[in-house]
Amino acid sequence: MKPSLLFDFTVDKSSHTVFVKREFDAALPLVWQAFTDQEVLDRWWAPKPWLSKTKYMKFEEGGRRFYAMCGPEGEEHWSVQDFTAISPKKHFQFHDAFTDKEENINPDMPGSDWHLDFSETGGRTTVSIAIKHRSLADLEQIIQMGFKEGFTMTLDELERLLDKLAKEKKEG
Amino acid sequence: MRRDVFQAIADPTRRAILVLVAVQAMTPNALAEHFDTTRQAVSKHLRVLAECELVKQEYQGREIYYTLQMEKMKEIDKWLEQFRKIWQSRFSQLDNVLLTMKKKKK
Repeated sequence: MKPSLLFDFTVDKSSHTVFVKREFDAALPLVWQAFTDQEVLDRWWAPKPWLSKTKYMKFEEGGRRFYAMCGPEGEEHWSVQDFTAISPKKHFQFHDAFTDKEENINPDMPGSDWHLDFSETGGRTTVSIAIKHRSLADLEQIIQMGFKEGFTMTLDELERLLDKLAKEKKEG
Repeated sequence: MRRDVFQAIADPTRRAILVLVAVQAMTPNALAEHFDTTRQAVSKHLRVLAECELVKQEYQGREIYYTLQMEKMKEIDKWLEQFRKIWQSRFSQLDNVLLTMKKKKK
C-alpha cells in the first residue's frame, strides 16, 4: 500500500485564517482541472449528502463562479467566487461571498479570500488552501455554518449539541 | 440578544479571560487587574461567558470566583473537528473523482 496522503487542517484565530493542505495521488494537471473545471468541481465540492450545482463559471481573472450547495432537505445556499488572480497550474485566488439565488450578494454573511497553491512532487500533487476572513467573528460564523452542513453526515451526539445550541439561542 | 459560544469567544478580552480562569479560579477584581478596562466592563464580559456556560461562578464567602467550564470548551473543539471532517470528506470525494479521471485517460 502507498503511504497515506498528507492532510493538514489548522485554524489560526489570530489571523482569522483557515489553512487546509492536502496531497493527491494524481499529476498536477489533473488536480488543477478538478479545482477549476465546473463539471468536475460539482462532483466533489459539496460534502455528502450535499450537492454542488454550478450555474456558470468563467475561470479567468475578473471571472466568476456562481453556484449553490444543495442540501438533502431541498436547502440551497448560493455563493459566488470572484477570481482575482490566476497563474495557470500554480496558483489562483478568489473572493467568496454568499448570495441569494438571483446572485445578489448578502452583505450580512461573511465573505472570505481564498488562496490556492498547487505543486507536484513524485507524481503527487499538493494543494495548499488559505481561507482568510475579515474577522474572527466571521470565521466563527463560517465554522458554525460548516458545522451545520456537515451535520447530516454526523453522529447523534452532534444532533444533541445542535439542540442545545438552539435552546441557548432561545434563552439568550 | 443572541448568545452563543462563538460570539462569546469572538471577543479578545473574553478569550483572555478564559485563558486566565483556565489556570485558576479568579474573582472579577483579580481579573480586572489584567486589563485596561473598568471592572464593570470585565463583569459584563463575565456575564456573557457565564450565560454561554463557558465559565462557572463559585461563591466563597462574599467573593465570587470564576472557573472555566471544560466541557463547553470541548464543544468548541468538536465544532472545529466537524469543520475538519467536512474538508476530509470533500477531499476523499476528490480522490475518487481523480481516480476516475485517471482511468478515463488511459
